[in-house]
Amino acid sequence: MKDKIKLSDMSRPDRKPLTHLVNEELMPLPYPLDSPEKDHDWKALTEKVVGSVECGLDDTCAINIPQPKTKEEEDELVKKFLAGLDKLFTKENNWTFLQPLILSMEHCAKCQTCSDACHIYEASGQNEMYRPTFRSEIMRRLYFKSVKHGGVLSAWQHGDIEINWPLVARLAELAYRCNLCRRCAQTCPIGADNGLVAHELRKLFSQELGINAKECHDNGSVLQLKVGSSTGMSSLVVKDNIEFIDEDMTEKTGIKVETPWDVEGADVLLIHNAGEIMAWPENPGAFAVILNAAGIKWTLSSEIAGYDSINYGLWYDDAQFARVAIKHAQAAKKLGVKKIVLGECGHAHKALSVIADRVLTGDLNIPRESSMTLLRDIVMNDRIKLDPSRNDFPVTLHDPCNMVRLMGVVEPQREVIRKICPQFREMWPHGVDNYCCGGGSGFAIMSGNNFQDWRFHVAGRKKMEQILNAFQDCMDPSINKYLCAPCSNCKGQFRDMLAYYELWDKQRILYGGLVELIVNCMVDAKPGFIEWEWH
Amino acid sequence: MSVLVYLALYAGAAVFVVATAARAWMYARAPIHLRWELYPVPHEDPAKVKHGGSYFEDKDWWTHKHRYNLAGELAVMVPEMLFLNALHEFNRKLWYRSFPFHFGLYLLIGACGLLLVAALLGIFAPALMAGALGMAFHWLYTVVGAAGVALSMLGAVGLLVRRLTDPDLKPSTTPGDIFNLLFFIVAFGVLVAGFILRGPEAPGILALVQGLLTFNTAMAVPGLLATGIVLCALLAAYIPLTHMSHFVGKYFTYHDVRWNDQVNLRGSKIEAKLAEYLTYRPNWSAPHVTADGKRTWADIATTNPWEGTKK
Repeated sequence: MKDKIKLSDMSRPDRKPLTHLVNEELMPLPYPLDSPEKDHDWKALTEKVVGSVECGLDDTCAINIPQPKTKEEEDELVKKFLAGLDKLFTKENNWTFLQPLILSMEHCAKCQTCSDACHIYEASGQNEMYRPTFRSEIMRRLYFKSVKHGGVLSAWQHGDIEINWPLVARLAELAYRCNLCRRCAQTCPIGADNGLVAHELRKLFSQELGINAKECHDNGSVLQLKVGSSTGMSSLVVKDNIEFIDEDMTEKTGIKVETPWDVEGADVLLIHNAGEIMAWPENPGAFAVILNAAGIKWTLSSEIAGYDSINYGLWYDDAQFARVAIKHAQAAKKLGVKKIVLGECGHAHKALSVIADRVLTGDLNIPRESSMTLLRDIVMNDRIKLDPSRNDFPVTLHDPCNMVRLMGVVEPQREVIRKICPQFREMWPHGVDNYCCGGGSGFAIMSGNNFQDWRFHVAGRKKMEQILNAFQDCMDPSINKYLCAPCSNCKGQFRDMLAYYELWDKQRILYGGLVELIVNCMVDAKPGFIEWEWH
Repeated sequence: MSVLVYLALYAGAAVFVVATAARAWMYARAPIHLRWELYPVPHEDPAKVKHGGSYFEDKDWWTHKHRYNLAGELAVMVPEMLFLNALHEFNRKLWYRSFPFHFGLYLLIGACGLLLVAALLGIFAPALMAGALGMAFHWLYTVVGAAGVALSMLGAVGLLVRRLTDPDLKPSTTPGDIFNLLFFIVAFGVLVAGFILRGPEAPGILALVQGLLTFNTAMAVPGLLATGIVLCALLAAYIPLTHMSHFVGKYFTYHDVRWNDQVNLRGSKIEAKLAEYLTYRPNWSAPHVTADGKRTWADIATTNPWEGTKK
């Protein structure tokens, strides 16, 4: 039975979760995951977690808010929350998103058109808790009650909500049950944006109460600003790693690979998601092979944050976002490059190209470009020799939300794939109508407690359905299949999710980037760049 | 009675105009926000709009002239306004109710416009309106108005029933939502009843509008019709005070948010505005923001609190 959750339940004073998900009630998946009874059980939260942090929302806990010890402490936190809520609606504190936020607060018609567009709501078996408007409706009621100081008439018109600590704590968690993919906003007849509401809630908690996901803040943007990369790699370490990758690529391809560092006046400053260097070294390696072969005058930067395009602030904190974006631009300015090219990382694309467009001014406003267009230019203009028959295996393409729906880079990667992959097939839907991988907005790096269970069973479920459907005609373990995901964050989600469901072991579905496919069919490179091994 | 009717109509129209303008002004003067567009953006290059692409798909996009395709934007915007295309595509069940409601309102607005023109012509060029033209106007505003009120009421009843019975809509429905739809149904219902039952000696709708324009207090408006008119005037005043003013909000959500892909060029107006915003002094409390109400956004964004600290 589905839980019948009401908005007022969010203020329930106990700490018991409001909803509980069971595999049988989730959206069904196609073969070979079509037996919910065989699906993994969810790990339960430990007693220690339940007794020490706020986890009164559902079966998991993403941000580990310590339970206040006294009523006074609770009241103080509520007071701070309300102060932050006020700040969210002032131009001094939130000029960055004030107008769209007010519009979303004041004009939702509560038609629920957005619900059908949300992969999380659908995958959860249409659980009320994950309806895109659920958190927005609470936020809206808080806005009219607390920010606009609405009285009885306002409560009658807009609805009322009891403000207490349990509500605030649950709302903080609920802000982390949305991938910020904004598919819901795309379908809204009025243009209200539930994704933005979740984003702004995260900001409020981070910027006012210092509450955020540790993976995004302490181990993310803070670490990046401390040492240069959220991976923890200093510039010395990253240079060492790249040197090792160059050697490895030289051996694999038979082409001498050398990655240029800190070349002043280069045409291109390439910034990778540094996670690639650690987890998928063949990706930066393949970039080096392609750019060198195409004769591009390019460089990497060893400046702080200049070698890591990650900008986790995009998901939860404007100050952190702006700091990192400025670091990226400063690295480019110092080298005097003609443009910044972003590697295969969706959120980095949107962060630096789109969102930072109105942060970077003057000489920090250096042109930024997607690697998809540069690669398209190289491949379609035959600047390197390619043999598509080397890629004669089923390939499907995942569209990273940040790159596609939120930035409009849709076709360049497709042109490349159509040219070099004879067995390319689209997922459905795709392009700007794509579904999120389930790892968006930081989820791919968030694995605390049992959050992974929620991430795989719910957030990534719709994408899993799409992947399996794309390969239904070749669901045979003797056929190698390639899921192309030109985004580090999405690859992280696929790595974890494909392993969880044993889809490499049992169905030979491998994931990887776009550049790997290009190098795999480069005539001048030794065959077999893609090794068909799990990594 | 006629004085009350005229005052209600003038006041209703005035509140509608002022409240709508105030709302639009509030949104328009908000700071330029960070970009938050959603693709497809219809004023992009038509070749790109087909797949939802942007100028970011072009190599060295900043070296190309970015053409604003107004025709493409209108091709999406006009059908969206008239036919609620997004609702038709994504929520067909609701569209069957919402479309007649909204289209009926458009027809009613059109009928009011026709009445106004006919009334003005009748006052200033009575000879012109004495013949076929007057008859044409009569049939036009009567048919358009009747169709409008019928469609609106039908749609409003459909929306109300759905809101009361649909398990998807019920949880977020407030008493205000019910009241809003009932207000339409009652106001239009009383207006129609008053019009039908007004009696042979009562003024026609054109005469009423002419009376309104000339403030003819000698005109006798039957009670039920007067009540319907006053209710409609109250409704007009009420709409812009509620979320039903989404006809204003929608302009901004589409043009200023969803479709706003305007590039910040060096030396541009946007850059000048950003320079102003960067002087704002936030007072967020979390220590990592380092906002104390004295430091500006520029100070905060260019400060790395962790620079030089060890891992």
